Amino acid sequence: MRLLLTGNEAIARGAWEGGVTAAFGYPGTPSTEILENLVKYDGVYCEWSPNEKVALEAAAGASIAGARCIVTMKLVGLNVAADPLMTLSYVGVRGGLVVVVADDPGQHSSQTEQDTRHYARLAKVPILDPADAVDARAFMLEAFELSEKYGCPVILRTTTCVGHSRALVECGEPRPKNVTEFKKEPSRFVPLPLWGRKLRVKVEERMDAQSADASSHASLNHVIPGAAADLGIITCGITALYCRELMPEAPVLKLGWPWPFPDSMIREFAASVKRVVVIEEGDPILEEHVRSLGIACSGKSDVVPRCGELTPDRIFEIRERLRGTNNELPKPFPQADGLPMRPPVFCPGCPHRALFYALTKFDVIVTGDIGCYSLAVFPPLERTDVLICMGGGFTLAHGLDKAGEKKKVVGVLGDSTFFHSGITGLLDVVYNKGTSTLIVVDNSSTAMTGHQDHPGTGRTISGEPAPAASIEAIARACGMKRVTVCDPFDQEKLHKVLAEEIAADEPSLIISKAPCPLQIRRRLGTVRAIDAAKCRNCKACLKCGCPAIVVTADGKPAIDPQLCSGCRLCESVCKFGAIAPVAVPGQEG
Amino acid sequence: MIKSILLTGVGGQGILFAAGIIASAAEAAGFNVTTNEIHGMAQRGGSVTAQVRYGEGSFAPLAVSGGIDVIAAMEHIEAIRYAHWLKPGGLAVVAKLSVIPVTVTNGACTYPADVEERLHAVFPRLVYLDCAALALELGNARLANTILTGALSKGLPEISEDHWRSGLLARVKKGFEEANLTAFWKGRMLCSDI
Ligand SMILES: Cc1ncc(C[n+]2csc(CCOP(=O)(O)OP(=O)(O)O)c2C)c(N)n1
Ligand code: SF4
Ligand code: SF4
Ligand code: SF4
Repeated sequence: MRLLLTGNEAIARGAWEGGVTAAFGYPGTPSTEILENLVKYDGVYCEWSPNEKVALEAAAGASIAGARCIVTMKLVGLNVAADPLMTLSYVGVRGGLVVVVADDPGQHSSQTEQDTRHYARLAKVPILDPADAVDARAFMLEAFELSEKYGCPVILRTTTCVGHSRALVECGEPRPKNVTEFKKEPSRFVPLPLWGRKLRVKVEERMDAQSADASSHASLNHVIPGAAADLGIITCGITALYCRELMPEAPVLKLGWPWPFPDSMIREFAASVKRVVVIEEGDPILEEHVRSLGIACSGKSDVVPRCGELTPDRIFEIRERLRGTNNELPKPFPQADGLPMRPPVFCPGCPHRALFYALTKFDVIVTGDIGCYSLAVFPPLERTDVLICMGGGFTLAHGLDKAGEKKKVVGVLGDSTFFHSGITGLLDVVYNKGTSTLIVVDNSSTAMTGHQDHPGTGRTISGEPAPAASIEAIARACGMKRVTVCDPFDQEKLHKVLAEEIAADEPSLIISKAPCPLQIRRRLGTVRAIDAAKCRNCKACLKCGCPAIVVTADGKPAIDPQLCSGCRLCESVCKFGAIAPVAVPGQEG
Repeated sequence: MIKSILLTGVGGQGILFAAGIIASAAEAAGFNVTTNEIHGMAQRGGSVTAQVRYGEGSFAPLAVSGGIDVIAAMEHIEAIRYAHWLKPGGLAVVAKLSVIPVTVTNGACTYPADVEERLHAVFPRLVYLDCAALALELGNARLANTILTGALSKGLPEISEDHWRSGLLARVKKGFEEANLTAFWKGRMLCSDI
């Protein structure tokens, strides 16, 4: 059966065909759709774990019981899951365990451009690098086999472009699941130093065997022949496809299993061509290794850009540099300038807008976090001053506070982020007697990545009801005395609460609670309209940054009834009573 | 032969739906197909693109800029923004629709007043349709992207009408087949460019 699948759909398909028993993950673009697709297959246990470390540890348990399992995350998720990965490499697995990590060359939706192949080297586990959806399905099956053959976890690394591109994939039927039965074997599953030192030696031996295996594993690593032997390209991932299309005459050593390095294959390929170029996205990992084998090569040291995605345009430029010609792509139509930028913005009715709008009225430092609410950093709100990583919203605030910063610090993070890594930060603030004001912007969703459930939503990934963890009760159990729940669209009350809590010289938590209108797919209230007769054109309502409010040809603001969510924020902002609910036929509520 | 199509617009306009129809129609016509879809931020309002490529043999999911055969824009300045992707002789199918970005509302940028003139100046082969008004004539504003897809289908003659029909039906929700087929043929008929 041939299906037109994205890379992410193909990974889910491959996992299912490979007899996966259990799948764990935490959302993160561009990895999220893998579990969202896998959960549609019958008989596979899937879960959104609270974070990536939890996901990998749970998968380790499932694998030690004998089950095949996968863990999915985006690149930065592996930073969180790095601790279990390092030790699991020693301890090893029984059922195939594949850690699917989605890298993001070009940083389409990520704070860093880290190259997951470094983690594979650090953890000393194999990494597979599919070029498209066809590879993605096949490599998933191969990854299970390799994981069981060598008794170690295997990383399947994709990229944004692989995960989100479709190709026609020939699919098969699922193989039976492994029988799960735990077998006691402490010298293997407990890495006390006594046993751990022995495991360490085994890991080195395993890598030697894998390097030899990778050199003869034709379905993963092979040469795509070319007509001319002047230049040979060593590459992995999607770059192989672009190279084939733009330099069809050059032979390509396509490494679907780039590490442990297939040394003998690399040597053989290099000997068959006059000149070698390594073209890889991310860091020059293959390139430096090729050079360490005594093979001269071009790469990031001369012709390949060091950062960013290797798009077809950049492969074209690399080709021109390699040839010493300076042709440019024929572009008959000029690139337009002077067009208005169109960045993503808070949706109409977004509760984050209301919370951050209220914060614009306070002279405080705001440490923010990652989620839809990161957009608060942009105009017109500009109410986030520092942002590092998930959970950092609370802990950054605490550090600024403890450093003796004179201004009050407000730390903000979302509900999914609270369960991911915000609780420990809150504990830090309470336990060490900080004075920060902490805010959870609780929209009952992991919205940024496409509205996934989490431990607070009362639903699992498969839509079943689940116990809903209470942020308020958790905070109180941690010893937080001042906890207030507030509707951000009640601006008057929110303002009072903020003023009180910011003035307090002890820590407090405000839970700003309202649903994400994009997720619930309905208006929050009655559509608002501006009464032109009452409007003084003071433009205060424009400071909300709501896309439903536009400026008309006469220079006055007006509300687009199609877009308005009826959240009433602009109404509370207008001092002249010009904004009020209106009945639009068929659009109530 | 490889044909490359670039779809552009604003988040929430249904670009992936249009990409899906083209991909399914090309597959029905027996071609190899790839697509690239930008996912990510859940919020609306950002500039978004998708590519569909089909043809013989194997090829990557993204074309080089200056390598696109047909560009279809669901918002008219988005056509101008991505004009440099079009090949010499390429076709632009553009919806007459302004979606005002917040950068304009808050005064940081201005929205061009002369979009239509600029479109004519930039694209020698332009099909410019008021898809929103046409969709309302058909009684459903949501049909605008199907009308645009119908119009761009005219620029891809390797795919027969039968294959367009099955591509469309593969992507449309049950109960909406007739309305979408009507919208598609209307767009196709209104595409004056041969
Ligand atoms: C370690 C890590 N894992 C995953 C992500 C991807 N990610 C970014 S924002 C986000 C969700 C945030 O949800 P929430 O805090 O509830 O905010 P919302 O988007 O709902 O406003 C996720 C999962 C990340 N950036 N870092
Ligand atoms: S998706 Fe939801 S949380 Fe994100 S910006 Fe839109 S309304 Fe806000
Ligand atoms: S805030 Fe009120 S008075 Fe001021 S521009 Fe907006 S609608 Fe008019
Ligand atoms: S009520 Fe005002 S702020 Fe809220 S969505 Fe409508 S226009 Fe935007």
